Amino acid sequence: MAFWARQISIWYLSVKTNSVANSIQQLRKTHRTWMQLHELSVLSFLCTDNHFPQHGLKTYRSVSLGSRLQSTNSNNGQILSEETNLLSPVNHYQQQAEVIPSSDTKTLYEVWEDTPPSSALEEISEEEAVQIVAEPPLPLGSFTLQDYVDRSETLSQLVLLGVDLSKVEKRPNAGQLLLRLDFEKDIRKRLLFLKDVGVEDNQLGPILTQNPYILAVDMEALETRVAYLKSKKFGKEAVARMVSRAPFLLSFSVERLDNRLGFFQKELGLSVQKTRDLVVSLPRLLTGSLEPIKENWQVCQVELGFRRNEMQHIVSKIPKILTANKRKLIETFDYLHNVMGIPHHILTNFPQVFNSKLLRVKERHMFLTFLGRAQYDPAQPSYISLDKLVSMPDEVFCTEIAKASVKDFEKFLKTL
Amino acid sequence: MAAGRAARTGLNGLFAVYKPPGVASIRVRDSVETLLLKELNSLEQPAVQQQVRFLPNTVEGNAGKELTLTVTQLPVLAAHPLVRGPELTHLKIGAGHRLDTKSSGVFVLGVGHGNKLLTDMYNAHFTRAYTVRGLFGKATDDFSDTGRLIEKTTFDHVTRDKLERILAVIQGTNHKALLMYSNIDLKTQEAYELAVERLIRPMEKTPPLITAIRCLQFAPPEFQLEIQCMHETQQYLRKVVHEIGLELKSTAVCTQVRRTRDGCFTLDNALLRTHWNLQNIRNSIRDSKVKVKVELQRSLGHQARRGKRHTDTDQVAESE
Repeated sequence: MAFWARQISIWYLSVKTNSVANSIQQLRKTHRTWMQLHELSVLSFLCTDNHFPQHGLKTYRSVSLGSRLQSTNSNNGQILSEETNLLSPVNHYQQQAEVIPSSDTKTLYEVWEDTPPSSALEEISEEEAVQIVAEPPLPLGSFTLQDYVDRSETLSQLVLLGVDLSKVEKRPNAGQLLLRLDFEKDIRKRLLFLKDVGVEDNQLGPILTQNPYILAVDMEALETRVAYLKSKKFGKEAVARMVSRAPFLLSFSVERLDNRLGFFQKELGLSVQKTRDLVVSLPRLLTGSLEPIKENWQVCQVELGFRRNEMQHIVSKIPKILTANKRKLIETFDYLHNVMGIPHHILTNFPQVFNSKLLRVKERHMFLTFLGRAQYDPAQPSYISLDKLVSMPDEVFCTEIAKASVKDFEKFLKTL
Repeated sequence: MAAGRAARTGLNGLFAVYKPPGVASIRVRDSVETLLLKELNSLEQPAVQQQVRFLPNTVEGNAGKELTLTVTQLPVLAAHPLVRGPELTHLKIGAGHRLDTKSSGVFVLGVGHGNKLLTDMYNAHFTRAYTVRGLFGKATDDFSDTGRLIEKTTFDHVTRDKLERILAVIQGTNHKALLMYSNIDLKTQEAYELAVERLIRPMEKTPPLITAIRCLQFAPPEFQLEIQCMHETQQYLRKVVHEIGLELKSTAVCTQVRRTRDGCFTLDNALLRTHWNLQNIRNSIRDSKVKVKVELQRSLGHQARRGKRHTDTDQVAESE
């Protein structure tokens, strides 16, 4: 803005003193910069204020006035701008030119037309020579942030923080948002806020990769939402955990969060403490859609035939069952109950089986049947508990549970 | 780029995996591709490119502060993996003869340049071997034990002897069809040479043909057959089981179809799901290179010579 102010003051001076010679010289200088501006404005359309990465050096206000255009021309901050927008910065300048006191505008324009265009062989001072930037022009429209990351301080800082820009640019409008933001003004505040909430440094990168839109949320809104969560008696570590594991949490309004918590309490019939534990262990429940959860709840009660208290126990232990694929859940249960013959109460005690892949359970069960060791009833001898069946890796399973070698298991798998 | 090419050097050829039952073969191919990509992308990344930049700096000069340019070497962030994305996003993995969802067994996949060998293998018309398990006493609409039940019959009268008689009849009729489709005149020297090397088989598209069939186990109601065939589908094999049941004046359904050999790839070469990683696949490709080359030369070489001889005799006939 300083440069712009200087320009206006120069014109004002030239108008005030009304000495044509003086004004011609001033205008020559401004015209030269004007030509440079004209070239650079259409080329460096999207430079932000902070042109170069800091890296411990002073920021340099470059000649490219595209940055001024950026800040003044709020309508045209689009990466993928149309052809018409290309002309608008120049038009904008002409509009600005009209703001100058109209009494001497005519003289101004007359003088302007007489000045010859600047030549490349004109002598300029050392300082100006150093200030000339000879980098290739930035593309006007691009589908990737790769082209802008070296020239934009915001993007460079985000990359150093650990944000995966290749994933962020795939999200709708996220790339434009990041380019428009300024690291010092907008992003730093929000990162410090997240750190206050308790998020670790190495988590900031993944959170921003998943939810770059959090940088566009108002600071007051963020604070209200965290205050709401604390008012519901979620501890500090709990809130930090929830924010790290569900990056979209703070983009939800307070009413929405309230609705979700109320739903879990009423529908699942859990106590307040248990709802809190459930949400802390799987914060995704608050950010995902509620329809599949309702469906899964109904499926478990009606089709699978679990009683309400059994369901509550399962859900407290393995909340993932609420977001699991309905068809796979039914298939797994069908195999466990009908083929393996496991009754409901044992399944309630070991709900981890619903988490594992059906193929794994099938293979291991068939191997145990082949060996004659498929005994899942605790009352009988040589009983095998279900959690050991699914959670152990292959070597441990073979040696301890099946009491056979891994080679035998592989040979058996090839006969299936 | 160079790292990607170096990583893919060993990955050009054919290898076999063991497809488990209940999974579509396209899913198997996709999961192999995803696993390989994950491993390749996590290998050693080259250092990020550096670029020499001239950055302005204010230094204390003779006349107060001066603007000069300092030379610094900065990393080019556009080449950073977080900005560029993963190096490899796609691998050319082709599938050989597919298996349907319910069956299992040896499934040949080709990587990179090996996909060309897949076409050659298809044109060489190799035979494949299956073990098929069946169950007497039921008949369903899709010939397998998970279909809708249509009929239930008794099977006490079925003995191993009767079964083997039926199998011999099937083998005989199929053998005649094989000879007919091979387009060979059995009274020539060429036919003798081919028979000695066991290469008499049709070298073009034909209906499914069973080259050999025998009974491995017989414990009513269950039985197990070994079938060597070509140009078949798994559903055809299930239909064969159903027809065997009908011939024996009972009914049968097929419980398991398992491919034990596809061309020169057997069960020993097939990699299990737990062994799907880069090192094992590289080893498997290396081991099977020579075998595949020899087999293809045998089949396609003979095919070329047969074609040449046919044209020679035609020319001789025309000139006369």
